[in-house]
Amino acid sequence: MSTLADPAAAVAGAAAVEMTYRDAINAAMADEMEADPNVVLLGEDVNAAGGVFKTNEGLSERFPGQVLTTPICENGFTGVALGMSLMGMRPIVEFMFADFLPTAGDQIVNQLPKYRFMSGGQFAVPVTLRVISGATGRFGTQHSATGESWYMGLPGLRVCAASSPGAAYELLRAAIRDPNPVLFHEHKALYGRKGEVRRGAVADLGRAEVLRPGADVTIVATLMMVERSLEAAATLAGEGIDAEVIDLRWIRPLDLATVGASVGKTGRLVIAEEQVHAGGWGATIISELTMGGVGWRSAPRAVSLPADICIAYSPPLEDAALPTAQSIAAAARASVRA
Amino acid sequence: MTSPRPPADAATLARWYRQMVAIRLFEEKVQQLFQTGQIQGTTHLAQGQEAVSVGSVAAMEPGDVQTNTYRGHGEALALGMDHEVAFAELMGRSAGCSKGLGGSMHLIDVTKGNIGANAIVGAGLPIAVGAAMAFKLRGQTHVALTFFGDGSTNIGTFHESLNMAAVWAAPVVFVISNNLYGEYSPIRTTTPLDDLARRADPYGMPGVIVDGQDVEIVSAAVSEAVERARAGGGPSLLEMKTYRYRGHSRSDPAKYRPAGELEEWKARDPIAILGARLASAGILSTDEQARIHEETQAEIDAAAERAEASPYLALEETADHVYAR
Repeated sequence: MSTLADPAAAVAGAAAVEMTYRDAINAAMADEMEADPNVVLLGEDVNAAGGVFKTNEGLSERFPGQVLTTPICENGFTGVALGMSLMGMRPIVEFMFADFLPTAGDQIVNQLPKYRFMSGGQFAVPVTLRVISGATGRFGTQHSATGESWYMGLPGLRVCAASSPGAAYELLRAAIRDPNPVLFHEHKALYGRKGEVRRGAVADLGRAEVLRPGADVTIVATLMMVERSLEAAATLAGEGIDAEVIDLRWIRPLDLATVGASVGKTGRLVIAEEQVHAGGWGATIISELTMGGVGWRSAPRAVSLPADICIAYSPPLEDAALPTAQSIAAAARASVRA
Repeated sequence: MTSPRPPADAATLARWYRQMVAIRLFEEKVQQLFQTGQIQGTTHLAQGQEAVSVGSVAAMEPGDVQTNTYRGHGEALALGMDHEVAFAELMGRSAGCSKGLGGSMHLIDVTKGNIGANAIVGAGLPIAVGAAMAFKLRGQTHVALTFFGDGSTNIGTFHESLNMAAVWAAPVVFVISNNLYGEYSPIRTTTPLDDLARRADPYGMPGVIVDGQDVEIVSAAVSEAVERARAGGGPSLLEMKTYRYRGHSRSDPAKYRPAGELEEWKARDPIAILGARLASAGILSTDEQARIHEETQAEIDAAAERAEASPYLALEETADHVYAR
């Protein structure tokens, strides 16, 4: 963990305070906007009553020149953010739903990650996309994706995902400060969760966090799956199974060292992911560790969204598609007993 | 609202003439180097459109920026890119403006206000609006220009960008080079209008039709739009009526053009139009113009030769250009 450049601020700010996930996101933006007037927030309705999910409350009053409401045109306003960054600004772009990312596909795939490269390194592109992700909101098929792995294969891009208030604060600050484009995923089911936030802290790039050490099986998760994995680990503990739970945090770059060290110890892996398994970070971790010669004591497993079913509006159907603490525990149990 | 600049003086006109000749001969050389394999892949030449590049760039002040397209050699050279640097880029060599990583479609030089040359149709427009908004939010009086073709006016980012620029009164000038063809397709097969300047109307901004073959007219029109934007008057859309002499890209012989069309446009060649005016005004005689062609040709030949001596980067040397530290 690194801290702010100002050591006094870092020490003073290192005291943990309890706040909600929503407020942690707000605080991270406010702290960066305060520190640097080049940090601006733009997106649809970002200025209207604090934004659709109320993450931006008070920002336009405190920083009137740093909050810009855009028309509904993701590809256009992501391009605007890129143009701002070329002039030395550090824009934060709010994507109201992760499902809208593909409408900005050209900017996300062809522009943001390649702009520096194809100019021979003339530019840095410090653009953060705040991606509001995930299911359980009864938002239906087109407003419920995490999208967390859609762009993980692109050189030039970084991707991270926040599972708790503390992670959200530190990761968002790291994303805004990074001189490269970062997709920062936040989960809309977590906005009301409370947790400790170390005000002033900035996450280390590409470092996963071991949230619960354990000897028998490694569970790797992101976003809402982290709390479900911790709940599964608590259940498993009652059965004498000691699960290690890792919050992956960064999807690009992947922290294969931390995950690999854990699997080297346990020999067993369960991926808990709110996405289909194909083409995701879970499949990539299994592939990389296997190619790297990790010694599996039992075959790696994944608890994922169904491969061939979409997220439904219907509440019982939405719930039934998602990995649960029970299904994660079942996979871990099967892995240990295999 | 703003007073247009005074007409260009003799020295300026002579400089524009030299610049247009240099762009024309540079692209001629590019075509030759393609045929001999020293430049590979693809290239998109803008011969015939030189007045648009030179006249528009002349309206820019230090601190102003622009984005252009894969057909962007003209703007890059008008902005002052050295010929050797440009050739090296097209040859994929490390002395290129983008160290050879970009190629023909990405002649970029931030030190000259050239913040992007894009290979995706329409992508440069929102980037220019973003640069303009950075100026506006910071209270700077710079202006962003964005160059694109008639085909770009059918893609979403064109409409998104004009809309945002108008809503925000962004200091940006949209410059269409309407050369009558979107890639291989005549404009009326893809677009329900002849005059693309009309596409400004729904966005509440001025839309101006400009004779893109006359560098003085181009410069005056762009200057007016740039100064309007600089003074806080918001964006404008300028439609340059122009023509590309060659096909869309190097493999396109442009056989889809009606007989005689190319010749009609060549009769309004931008270099010839200015050359005749300069000769009759006694600014540059035809002999002096011929000498400019010869000197420029020699300089371009030498620049291409020097560029070819530049090494290629090694793959591992490119890693720092993927992520900034």
